[in-house]
Order: sequence, then structure tokens, then C-alpha cells
Amino acid sequence: MATAEFSSVNTLQSNGKYAVELKNIHIYYGAFRAVNNVSLQIERQRITAFIGPSGCGKSTVLRAINRMNDLIPGSRLEGQILFHGKNIYDPDVDPVEVRRRIGMVFQKPNPFPKSIYENIMFGPRINGWRGTKQQADELVERALRGAAIWDEVKDKLHQPGTALSGGQQQRLCIARALAVQPEVILMDEPCSSLDPISTLKIEELMFELRQNYTIVIVTHNMQQAARVSDYTAFFLMNESRAGELIEYGPTTQIFQNPQDERTENYISGRFG
Amino acid sequence: MEQEARVAVERSTPLSISPINLRGKPRFGENVIEIIVFICGAISIFTTTAIVIVLFQEAWMFFGSPEVDLVEFFGTTTWQPETGRFGIWPLMTSTLITSIIALMVAVPLGLGAAIYLSEYASPQARGYLKPILEVLAGVPTVVYGYFALTFVTPVILQGLLGKENVEIYNMLSAGLTMGIMILPLVASMSEDALSAVPRALREGAYGLGATRLETSLRIVVPAALSGILAAVIVAMSRAVGETMIVALAAGAGPRFTFNPLQAAETMTGHIARISGGDISYASIQYTSIFAIALVLFFMTLLLNLLSGWVASRFREVYE
Amino acid sequence: MSAQSMDQRDRPTGYLPEGADINRNIAARRLRGAIWQAIFVSSLIIGLLALATLIYTIVDDTFGYIAVQTKVDPEELTGGRPLEELSKEELIEILRANVSAGLFRRFDRDEPFSERSKESVLQLVEERVVGREVVAAYKLTESLLERERIEATVRERFPRAKLEFHSWINREFLTRPMSSVPILAGVGNAILGSLWVIAITMLLAIPIGILGGVYLEEYASDTWYYRLIETNINNLAGVPSIIYGILGLAVFVRALESFTSGAMFGVTDSNGRTILSAGLTMALLVLPLMIINAREAIRAVPQSLRQASYGLGATKWQTVWHHVLPNALPGILTGTILSASRAMGETAPLIVIGASTFVVFFPDSVFDKFTVIPIQIYNWTSQPGAQFRSIAAAAIIVLLVTLLALNATAILLRNRLRRNY
Repeated sequence: MATAEFSSVNTLQSNGKYAVELKNIHIYYGAFRAVNNVSLQIERQRITAFIGPSGCGKSTVLRAINRMNDLIPGSRLEGQILFHGKNIYDPDVDPVEVRRRIGMVFQKPNPFPKSIYENIMFGPRINGWRGTKQQADELVERALRGAAIWDEVKDKLHQPGTALSGGQQQRLCIARALAVQPEVILMDEPCSSLDPISTLKIEELMFELRQNYTIVIVTHNMQQAARVSDYTAFFLMNESRAGELIEYGPTTQIFQNPQDERTENYISGRFG
Repeated sequence: MEQEARVAVERSTPLSISPINLRGKPRFGENVIEIIVFICGAISIFTTTAIVIVLFQEAWMFFGSPEVDLVEFFGTTTWQPETGRFGIWPLMTSTLITSIIALMVAVPLGLGAAIYLSEYASPQARGYLKPILEVLAGVPTVVYGYFALTFVTPVILQGLLGKENVEIYNMLSAGLTMGIMILPLVASMSEDALSAVPRALREGAYGLGATRLETSLRIVVPAALSGILAAVIVAMSRAVGETMIVALAAGAGPRFTFNPLQAAETMTGHIARISGGDISYASIQYTSIFAIALVLFFMTLLLNLLSGWVASRFREVYE
Repeated sequence: MSAQSMDQRDRPTGYLPEGADINRNIAARRLRGAIWQAIFVSSLIIGLLALATLIYTIVDDTFGYIAVQTKVDPEELTGGRPLEELSKEELIEILRANVSAGLFRRFDRDEPFSERSKESVLQLVEERVVGREVVAAYKLTESLLERERIEATVRERFPRAKLEFHSWINREFLTRPMSSVPILAGVGNAILGSLWVIAITMLLAIPIGILGGVYLEEYASDTWYYRLIETNINNLAGVPSIIYGILGLAVFVRALESFTSGAMFGVTDSNGRTILSAGLTMALLVLPLMIINAREAIRAVPQSLRQASYGLGATKWQTVWHHVLPNALPGILTGTILSASRAMGETAPLIVIGASTFVVFFPDSVFDKFTVIPIQIYNWTSQPGAQFRSIAAAAIIVLLVTLLALNATAILLRNRLRRNY
């Protein structure tokens, strides 16, 4: 069975160069085409940034990678998104499994109205986690350490996650995503609601995470893309208001030596 | 510069001939209207005050009469005005039994319907399902009373449990029908609470690989719990105060029983039956219904205040 | 379970399903999801089913066969002509010939025959001479499915009776007053009673409700008494309706009896259990509802409109009267209709106030005793016998159709309002 094949690939042992490959994807909302013919390959254990002016489809493409767009009634995707060589939009693929493998961090921190501990344990529990109380404690600690927030919250694990500051909440959400042991983490403008100091902490965290995870980040902040990412994809809206990929390559190249005039205009701040 | 200044002065002179008076003028009409409007707003206070005074006054007469005392009222289980025995428990237990049966129907069904409407149904489906629930909510309670007596008891209960086991008047039929009556209330209040839970929380759960059910039951419902709780409490208050269904279907005589298949009159049913007949204003029966009403008033008031408090805590979180 | 997964279970952070376990895990979760979804849907379906059953029960009781038996065959009285075609004089003659002289004089005393209409005499002939009597009534389902059995039963038990299909809701039912004989009973005076009560209720509740809403939204500042009034209104909306009945009984029926009975205005032969008391009580009951609805409608009026009005030097009342209220009107109207339909279906407070359940005359002043449609439904439902069930069901149809019409109007208005903003 195809699903079995897909699932049995052990994430850590798989060693292709690319974590995710987008092949000629078009995304529609009803009759409206929101994204037009995007193809790109996301390299394993690197940070890839999606940049572009608002409405250019960068978030839509990001959300397509773990099938979050499925939740919007009337949305539809053409083309393929390959993950471990398997198209995640094949009818036999369960989005639930995709989302466990490809985690997501959102624009606004959205901790559940539960304790910090329960925020972390929610993902593992629903995904069939089994273990002792000590193992759970260990899992929570690792996730929180992984998101560089352990020292700040270790004494208040049973207090509500919503009581933390904005930056801490966002790192809690990252920790929450780490707890289900994903392979790829999608970040949809994770710093847009945070102050500069919190932003810096998240950026430092991303560098740490890069050692074990593939990260895709959407940002409207070009400096941030330039600071943190290894690869950058630049999106723009075409005449019929559909998002298109204009240019994709190593970040240094995109920012220092863009091939496309529109990219150059954008990064030099001439529009957007 | 100087010339300009002079010109400005000259221009302003004609205006300064009749100085503007900006001091407030007495506006008699406006004040009268403000007073009228205030009185209209404050009439509700008179209503409440009148309710409280009337209930206390007559209940005072009741408890002041030599045949009654508070200990008997709250401590004994026989209500027989004819023999001067006034223990409120038979009325109270049947009120509670019918209400609890109603909640046992309305809460799971109402919550299930709310979850379906808020988390599963497409906008179109919601568009035609909600008005149908509203129709159910708009049916007068006397019609439900008719339904309990002519359908629920004879067809469903006596059909399932046997004619000899179910009395014509019984608390179960009244409770079940009341459950159907308050189902739309529970459903619509719970749906409001569920819809108020931010989308971001649902996305957070889906993003971790949760199914729709896991998102609904483990994230959305707990997050809306205080709103749902407020709905349940309001529903309880509604059930306790409901009259027509129990007056028609629960029974026409106080009886201290915990068997829902038997007839037993509730507090509201008793008030309706006694006051509907011709009673003398001087009789102790007349004052006794005020004492019952006083208890009923405080029970529902307490529940409503509790519900309002719970709901406001819910709003604090999400608004 | 494979040896490998046993290893993994020993990992310090517990075991998350891998490989084939994932499929098992997801399949189980999907199954659970499907089961629960079915549960959620069925709770909605149970609600809809209850509504359908309710309507079915009502319709089932309203239509069906009745077995009618007469004391005299009307054809024998008239020599083959239908009774309706006879003149008033001929009908009076039939009546004189067939009832005792004493009874005939009593009818004349009640209302002289010279003043009676032909319909009134016809009714007397039908009641007293022909004596149409319904000896058995059947539900719609039985009538349709078990016709032969019904015919056999009727032939055997009431050999003289004729079986006919009857709709308990008909023109006569809507216009006739109450009667102790179900087939002759109608809701005419109950409809009129309901209209009288609603009229008084709304006459009071509309202005007070709107102005109360205006106070809370436009005039009040955030003071302790404003908060008191606001909390109070919200709590009043949750007070059981029977408590309002108790209030009405003590205040309007009893304490203000000389006013509500009309004694103050020279009306005799009445007590405080009148239309006026009922209207006043209902007004208190729907007032919180009216105020809450009016507030919402007023709040929906854009702030910019008020500022524009103040900017032109309008006073507060001018702003409210010329700009706020006209714009809030559709919303207020919707709320008014909803309040009216609440008052229309409310039964308990009127029972406590003592709406008389057996009133045969039509009310013509606010100091009259009265009955209303829900009270009739209550009364007829609590009577034993299938025929009373049937007229209760017919009265329910009258009530529900009225309410449905009111609510449909309200929904249409609400939609119009939405389109405007």
C-alpha cells in the first residue's frame, strides 16, 4: 500500500538532498487562481526564506506544504509536492500524517489555553505517544530546551501557556512543534508580532534548529531573510493577481546579485 | 505684516458688534426628555423591586401564619394545604428531577449539535440548519406540553415500557420534552461559544497533526468550556422555571417520589394549578404560592447570576 | 509488536509510532473521528426529528374521520331541502315545533328571535333539534391506513352514524366562540382575546422599550445606577414567566383591582382578572426583551452619523429623534415582532392571572374577562377525549401559523437591515 510505503520511510535515515520538492503547483480558491506555477526544491537542514510583497502568495505556498490550505473550503491544488518522493496531495495520503512530519509555527503565537506542560504533550498524545510519566517529563524538557525556553519556564510548567510574554509564547509554540519530532518546520512570519529582542531570540533559535530540522520561513522583513536564511525565494503577484515565483537561489546571490530586475527592485526597496 | 494685521482687525469688527454667547442656555425640553428616557430605562428596577416586595410580603404572611414554620417548610416532605402541611420537598424534588432529565437530554444533544454546526458543517448547511433550530426554540411551551401528553407519554414511553408501568402524568415525559425544548438554547449558546474560539487555536492543533475530532474535543471545546457551562446553567434555570410542559404532563398533585415514571407536581405546576382555580385572597393557599414563587425566584436568579459570571470570565479570555 | 519498536519504547522520551504503527494509529483515529461525527450529526437529527414528530402529531390530530350521529335526520324536518337554504322564519318554526315551549321562551329571552340573525337561529336548530353529535373521532393516519376497520367498528357500534372526513380546523373553528361540545367549539373569541392582550402589551412595551434602549445606549454614562439597570434588565430577561404572573396577580389583579376591573370607570360585574391586567403583566414580561433588542439596534447605528448630527449643532434628542431612531428602525421592528410573538405564545402568567378558560362571549372592552389561544390549547389538552385533542391540535395550528408568519416577517426585516449596512 502506498501509504505504508510513505510512512515506513524512516525520517532520520532518509538522505536525499531535498526535504521537499514543489513541482508546478497552482493553488485555487474556488475559481480564483491564487498561486501560479511554482516549482522549487527545499534543501534539507537549511533555512529557506520566502519573501515578497503582501498578497504575493508566499504564505499560501507555505501552507500548501503541510496541507493547511485543506482547511479553507473551496481551496484546491494542482501539481505535486514531493516529500520523501511521495506526492503529499495523492488521494491516499492523510493530511494528519503530513502535518505531524511537517510542523508549523504561526504568525501570531497561539498557545492552547492549557498549561505549558500540556501544550507540549498535546501533539505527542494525539499522535499515539506511549510512555511513562518520567518519559513524558523528559520529552517536555527536551522540547522546551530545543526551543531555548526551558530555563525561563522550568519552574512554572503547570501554569497556563497563555500567561507567558509574546516572545516566550512563540518559542513555546516552536517547542510544541518539536515535540512531535517533525522533519520540516514551516514558520509563517513568526516574528511579525514580536519585539526586536524576542525576534533576535527566535532567529538565534532558528540557527540552532537548522542542525536537525529543515526550516521554511515566510517573512516580510528582508533584513531578516538576509540574516537567517541559506536560500531565498522571491514571490510577486502577476497581472491576474496570482502569486508567482520570480527568483530562487542562495540568499547571498539573491541579495547581492539578483538575476531578475524585479527582484533587484524589491530588495533595494523600490516597491513592496 | 502690520498692514495685514490691520486688515484682519477691520474684517473682524463687524462680527464683534454682536458678541456670540456660548454660555449654555437652559433647554427645558431636552431636560424633560432626559428624565422621561431615564424613567423608561429605570422601569425595570421597579419591576424587580415589585417582584421582590410582592414575593416577600405574601411569603411573610405565609410564614407568619400559625400553621406554618420555616423548619417545616424546608424540612418535611408532605405538601398538603388541605391538612395544613407545607413541606416544600415534594415540589422541589419533582422540579429537580424533571429539570435534570431535561438537561440530560438537552446538554449532550445541544452540545453535539453545536459542535457539528461550528466545527463540521459547511456555511451553507449551517445557513439552513440554524433557522430550523430557531423554529424549535420559537414553539410556545404549551405546544410542547400537548406533545408530551399526546405523543411522548402514550406513544414513546408507554409503548416502550408498557402501559402498566408508566402513569399518564409522569415526570419522565415532561423532562424529556423539556429537554427537546431547551435543546436549541444549549445548541445556540454553545455554538456561539465555540465560534468565539480563535481560528489560530484550531490551526495550531491541525498543524500538530490533530484530526478534526481531536481539534474539536481537545482544543476547541475546552477553550469554550466556560461559555458552554454558562449555557448549561441558563438551560437549568429555564428548565426550573418552565411551567406549561410540567403543568400538562408531570402531574397534578404534589408527591414525594424519585421514580420518574410516576406523576408528581412541580413548583411551577403547583403555582399554575392553584392560582388558576378560584381561591380566596385571604386563604393560606393563596399566600403559599408566593412562598413557592419566592424559592423559585431565588433559584433561577442564582443560576442566572452564576451563568452571567461564568460567561463574563469566558469573554475576558477571548474579547 | 516488533523488537525495534520495543527498543524505541525504551527511549527516554517515550515512543511515538513509526512505520506500520502509524497506519494503525491513523486508521484508529479516523475511525474514532467518523463515529463521533455520526454522533454529532445524529444529535442534530434528533432535534429535527422531534420537530417533525411534533408537526406530525399536530396534523394527525387535526384531520381524520369522525362518526356523526343526528337525533333527527335534517331532511325529514325540511322535506329534502338543505337547512342552510331555509329562511329565518322557517327555521324559527322548526325550532318551535321541536323543542319544549319553555326552552323556546328561554331562547327568546336570551335574545329575541326578531333580533337574532339567521345564522344564530340556524345554530340553535343544529344544536337543539338536529343534534349533530360526534360519537367517534379518528386520527389522520388511522383514517388513511385503516379505513375498513374504522368503517366496520362504526357500523357495529353506531349503526345510525355516518362516517365523514373532517378537518377540525375550518372557517367555523376560526370564528366561533368557545363551546363545551368540541365539534361546535371555536377559537374566535380566543383569537380576539389574544389580539386585545397583545395590543395593550405592545402599546406599553414599544415606547417604553425603545426609550429604555435609548437611555442605556445614548444617555447613560457609566455610573453605578447605569450598571445596576443594565444588570437588572439582563437578569429580568431570565426570570421565569410564571413569576411575572404572580406579580400581575398581586399587583394588577388584586392591589389595583378598582383600576383594572374598570370599577373606577363605572364598569360593574367584573373583577381584576381582565384583559387590562393581562396586557400590563405581559408588558412587564416583554419589556426586558424589547429593551435588549432596541439597544442592539441602536448600537448598530454608525457613530459617524451621530457625530455628523452633533457637528451641525443638533441637541442630543434631535440627534436621537432624527438620525439614530430612523436608522435603528428596522432592527427595532424586528425586536418588536419577536417580543410580540413571545407574548403571543406565553401561557403561564395568564393562567396565574386567571384568564378564564370558559368564556363564550367576544370581549369588547379592556375590562372584560377573556381567553387567549394558548390558554385554549392548555384547557383542551388537559380535557379527556380524542375530540378535545383534535381541537387543541387545530388551535395549535392557528397559533403556530400566526407565530411563523410573525417570525418570517422578522427574518425578512432582519435581512433587509443587513443589506442596508
